[in-house]
Amino acid sequence: MQVHKYDVVIVGAGGAGMRAAIESGQRARTAVLTKLYPTRSHTGAAQGGMCAALANVEEDNWEWHTFDTVKGGDYLVDQDAAEVMAKEAIDAVLDLEKMGLPFNRTPEGRIDQRRFGGHTRDHGKAPVRRACYAADRTGHMILQTLYQNCVKHNVEFYNEYYVLDLLTVEEDAVRADGTPYKQKRVAGVVSYDLASGELHVFQAKSVVFASGGAGKVFKTTSNAHTLTGDGMGIAFRRGIPLEDMEFFQFHPTGLAGLGILLSEAARGEGAILRNSEGERFMERYAPTIKDLAPRDIVARSMANEVREGRGCGPNKDYVLLDLTHLEPAHIDAKLPDITEFARTYLGVEPYTEPVPVFPTAHYAMGGIPTNITTEVLQDNDTVIPGLYAAGEVACVSVHGSNRLGTNSLLDINVFGKRAGIAAAEYAKTAQFVELPENPLGYTTDLLDIARNGTGDEKVAQIRKELQDTMDANMQVFRTADTLNQVLRDIASFEERYKHINVQDKGKRFNLDLLEAVELGFLLELAKVMTVAALHREESRGGHFREDFPERDDEKFMKHSMAYKDDHAPADGSAESIAGIRLATKPVVFTRYEPMVRKY
Amino acid sequence: MTAEIAEPASRVELPAGVGGGGEIPTFDVHMRVRRYNPEVSGEATWDDFHLTMYGTDRVLDALHKVKWEMDGTLSFRRSCAHGVCGSDAMRINGRNRLACKTLLKDLDTSKPITVEPIKGLPVEKDLIVDMEPFFQSYREVMPFLINKGHEPTRERLQSAEDRERFDDTTKCILCAACTSSCPVFWTDGQYFGPAAIVNAHRFIFDSRDDAGDMRLEILNDKEGVWRCRTTFNCTEACPRGIQVTQAIAEVKQAILARKV
Repeated sequence: MQVHKYDVVIVGAGGAGMRAAIESGQRARTAVLTKLYPTRSHTGAAQGGMCAALANVEEDNWEWHTFDTVKGGDYLVDQDAAEVMAKEAIDAVLDLEKMGLPFNRTPEGRIDQRRFGGHTRDHGKAPVRRACYAADRTGHMILQTLYQNCVKHNVEFYNEYYVLDLLTVEEDAVRADGTPYKQKRVAGVVSYDLASGELHVFQAKSVVFASGGAGKVFKTTSNAHTLTGDGMGIAFRRGIPLEDMEFFQFHPTGLAGLGILLSEAARGEGAILRNSEGERFMERYAPTIKDLAPRDIVARSMANEVREGRGCGPNKDYVLLDLTHLEPAHIDAKLPDITEFARTYLGVEPYTEPVPVFPTAHYAMGGIPTNITTEVLQDNDTVIPGLYAAGEVACVSVHGSNRLGTNSLLDINVFGKRAGIAAAEYAKTAQFVELPENPLGYTTDLLDIARNGTGDEKVAQIRKELQDTMDANMQVFRTADTLNQVLRDIASFEERYKHINVQDKGKRFNLDLLEAVELGFLLELAKVMTVAALHREESRGGHFREDFPERDDEKFMKHSMAYKDDHAPADGSAESIAGIRLATKPVVFTRYEPMVRKY
Repeated sequence: MTAEIAEPASRVELPAGVGGGGEIPTFDVHMRVRRYNPEVSGEATWDDFHLTMYGTDRVLDALHKVKWEMDGTLSFRRSCAHGVCGSDAMRINGRNRLACKTLLKDLDTSKPITVEPIKGLPVEKDLIVDMEPFFQSYREVMPFLINKGHEPTRERLQSAEDRERFDDTTKCILCAACTSSCPVFWTDGQYFGPAAIVNAHRFIFDSRDDAGDMRLEILNDKEGVWRCRTTFNCTEACPRGIQVTQAIAEVKQAILARKV
């Protein structure tokens, strides 16, 4: 057994992981384990910008940004966390500039800023220019800049090391009120080296999860093939709850049929949506800020236009993003990449033709619960010492039930930095936790079951059927019937998953095996998302129940917490659905009372 | 600089057939894929696959179809699938491209489509190469901002023109399509290669950076920019449209200008 020892191990090398590594690496002996080469991470696909109230081009302040974030999330945001993010946003942007990020500039040479959905002046009066950007490749520049700075600081990477297990031990402990409980402590992680097929144990005082999202549970998605929710799945299997998993963001403007993202920056720069009648339909749904309403509202409006027969194309199944009234030079300067995507993949010339678009699964608002110092919670009141999470894998919660555009690039920078500092500071005084007996046991079994299966089920076929049912039944519109259909489908997929056949039996770069393991995570997470969605009998942010179309603050102004519990009875009651126990967690309020959400 | 835009019309007359239409055509393709797995054999071979694909499909879709439906052992890297992560640079019909950005309909489907690993880097398995030598060269040019002045409280100022000066080379996604298309790189394992020079250029011409001289000295090495024979393979290979050969020429000129 190969055992490595580090003060801090970071799982994932996207924006959050590398931002954490830059801090941690300067304070403690740090390793970054990543399934991909760091520059392949999906942070690089983010386009439009990163909001911060720099007020470089017009009046703005962090309090307005906090309000927009809270309202954008339909009041399910923890307001203390949103306040931290909006305040620290300013330094987060300036940090990146000092690290070398080539932002677009104003005529005075300052960082330029532009409009983005849901970001407003003075509590919703009008759109405000808050998004700092580098053309429509802001995420690319962030990922490259953070990688450059990791090179500068000699951060130690283990590339193509796929983390498959979190090693924890449980100790008897007693709460302040005298009740006994089991305190989880983190000992390290188990990782599979893709090149050699060998397992490695990384013993660490602190572990930071920064492994990104789970968009591949859906068919139409802006997410990379590799975004299979591994970090969330690992935590869940080890008894850590997942928070608010029913909230998944559908980005309004995916290229129709493909899901490839066209940034909201297009609408920030003046593009608008039209239906088959040529109508700018967002005027009806959000009279004040129209096409710059938050994503959940725009995505639902688009889907509604299609449902009511005003979709475009031979199957009337998409709407149009119209940039034709913008100057080609302006498009080239501000939106070069996304217009090239339209040309390459759809053969549409955005200068002169509107671009077919439809909502695409984009971002998990939920994830591993943490507090504002990024410490992971094992339940509502108890942190797991030495375990941290940041970025899309985590739920702080700054996004509530719907994330505002640009706030993800902000989240990874603010909370990635916090996680790196916190993990390293903790490791300075902490002792290593002794590894559990047979630390490789769980992972060895997991891989053997996948590799040695003799059935005839194909991983890709089950995955496709999972994605099909999620798109059909768990997307923008949901009802109890559609959600129960998903659960029935998943139950049959789980059964078939036991009979998969992995063709590649080798050790070297066995990506066939990797995809089988990833599908296990996807099935688990899709089920958690759907169970939580079924239980939430209201409509809020990205979660819209046609059978419960109103927000219900009295019953549901609280986070959902899903625990893996093999003993949870499958009696069909909302709190207990085969292997998952649902609980709630209070929302943190500081200064904003819930109001009706209108734009 | 954000120009004010006139409010667009609430309703317009859409031209007929907007957004394209009709059924997506299908066609048959013959994929010839280079296979190599040292666990099985020391010899590389060609495997043939016959597939029916759609008009909107990319080479990556064809490779996925093979892997998911026919031969699960076929191994290749991919992630974003739309040309921004740089995982799937391959040699397709003898040219370096990203599999996710190459539409099958743009290739000659009357002949077999050949897919091989990029050249000049050790093959690990099938289309997967060892990227470490490539990243080694990248790290050697000090690809990060070095500024010797005091850290300002706010952002450093930079004019839009100064920002524009190095815009082209900021687009690099480190896919290695350029470096592994370079005949000098194939024959001389020591040459830095175009991608490393592109990433040096990105900082040499950044007005905020103070270490241009150091980078120029590194690239003035016998394995540096002077190895470039301006065959333009790199510029043709770049999936981001970076003017790679021009960037190398600008670095050469900067070295010469410095010596004067």
